[in-house]
Amino acid sequence: MRIVGADLEEVRIRLETVWRIESGRIVAVLARLLGGDVGRAEEAAQDTVVVALEQWSIHGIPRDPAPWLMATAKHRAIDVVRRQATYVRKLQEVGRAMESRSGPDEPDMEALEEPIDDDLLRLIFTATHPALPATSRTALTLKVLAGLQTDELARAFLISESTAAQRIVRAKRTLLEQQIRLELPAPAERAERLAAVLEVIYLIFNEGYAATAGEDWTRPDLCAEAVRLGRLLSELVPDEPEVNGLLALMELQSSRLGARIGPGGEAVLLLDQDRTRWDRLLIRRGLARLARAEALGGSLLPYTVQARIAACHARALRAEDTDWQRIAALYTVLSYVLDSPVVELNRAVAVGMAQGPVAGLALLDKVADAKALTGNPQLPAARGELLARSGRSEAARLAFAEAAGLSRNARERDVLARRAAEPAAISARTRPSP
Amino acid sequence: MRYLVLLKAARPAAPPPPDLMAAIATLGEDATRAGVLLDTAGLAPSAEGSRLSVTAGQLNTTDGPFAEAKEMISYALYDVRGKAEVEEWTARFMQAHRDLWPGWEGEAEIWRAFGPEDFAPPSS
Repeated sequence: MRIVGADLEEVRIRLETVWRIESGRIVAVLARLLGGDVGRAEEAAQDTVVVALEQWSIHGIPRDPAPWLMATAKHRAIDVVRRQATYVRKLQEVGRAMESRSGPDEPDMEALEEPIDDDLLRLIFTATHPALPATSRTALTLKVLAGLQTDELARAFLISESTAAQRIVRAKRTLLEQQIRLELPAPAERAERLAAVLEVIYLIFNEGYAATAGEDWTRPDLCAEAVRLGRLLSELVPDEPEVNGLLALMELQSSRLGARIGPGGEAVLLLDQDRTRWDRLLIRRGLARLARAEALGGSLLPYTVQARIAACHARALRAEDTDWQRIAALYTVLSYVLDSPVVELNRAVAVGMAQGPVAGLALLDKVADAKALTGNPQLPAARGELLARSGRSEAARLAFAEAAGLSRNARERDVLARRAAEPAAISARTRPSP
Repeated sequence: MRYLVLLKAARPAAPPPPDLMAAIATLGEDATRAGVLLDTAGLAPSAEGSRLSVTAGQLNTTDGPFAEAKEMISYALYDVRGKAEVEEWTARFMQAHRDLWPGWEGEAEIWRAFGPEDFAPPSS
């Protein structure tokens, strides 16, 4: 049968679409069939995609593509296990080891029909395992749970395809070397491991929300992947306050994505945003999630506190309505539960807005003295903001220039450089008077 | 991207088969779990609705039912990566109707909802 280009393209798009929806479930089931080996499961999953592309191109797209993919993937896994069993048996024959092999080498056929929610959760815990390098954790999570292919990972993180592939390879090697298998963490480790899951999801979100490098200020697709992962996790473990807290935080922050970019692609900072462009549906969902996190007892936990801060902004219809006293108080709470120089920096800015720039600058000096943020553009940018508000235009200009010099993101650099050029004018134009 | 899916069909004389309702419930759970289904509901017969129109400068309100052969049966609001993905979820929904309700005919329309990103902010 001859395949015309359009058909092949249709097959490719349909396969990519179904794969992205089904990937997590399929890899989770494969990993269980393969004795908990996520690395081999990922390879078998890739084989399945290749087989599907071949078969669908020849025979057409199956009537029900998702079950087709799952069935084909299971057959791959059974083949892998049988081949290995045969290999082991041959080794034994050679070595005259006579004990019959059965059980562990045969796939557990009953397991084929089990509900897979637990497997999916196990897969999430495995892909985000703290033993993996940070870049491998985000890459593996997006690969197996969001169904992103290597080229899509490369585009998402602005890295080469070979670097993206390398991150997956390193993840699989670490899983193998450290003998990390598909399993739920022991009760004593659960809190720590759940924190690692949330950390990976928020890392993905933040890379999209405030891209650290590159030309674009935001990469909304990456934020959307993180939000979907957060929603998935909140369905699997609905009663964990911080799972709800993180989802609330991401939905509230996502509500501003459309307003963070101006007509020319330039960055628009929070207080300068057109709030009519905030996504009301995401705000409502985020506030509802936050209420759930609080009802579950999360009010003083890090992600929930951050969501409470984001909610303060979401509730202010105009920038000048922002309840800075409350935000400053929440940052103080946050500084007790999250030991982070970035939190201290944000707290300094909030205090500066609530109590005046002098109080904020005093806190900022402490952050600078601690040296943890040396080289981070946010530090001089915050200083510039507070200096501008205190009327010290020249010092503000120098601070913004320093920040612009440190930024690795083109859009962020532009907005900082603009403020370095005219801090007094911008301050007068957009800042609420104290 | 956000999409609204509208299901249109003749208002059936008998309720849908239980198997179909179960399949639709499972599909809804799957899509919610995947983080893509934001909202969905069935719609009551148009007899319970009304239609407001402006014609030749006149505002008129007309009670249902509407005269169309097909009615709106349900809606679903999705948050997905793109049109191919909402088509996939909708295809599953329509296949369930095809497979579990012999003789049923209807159509689903997919509409992309504009988001804030579709509108340039005022340049002032």
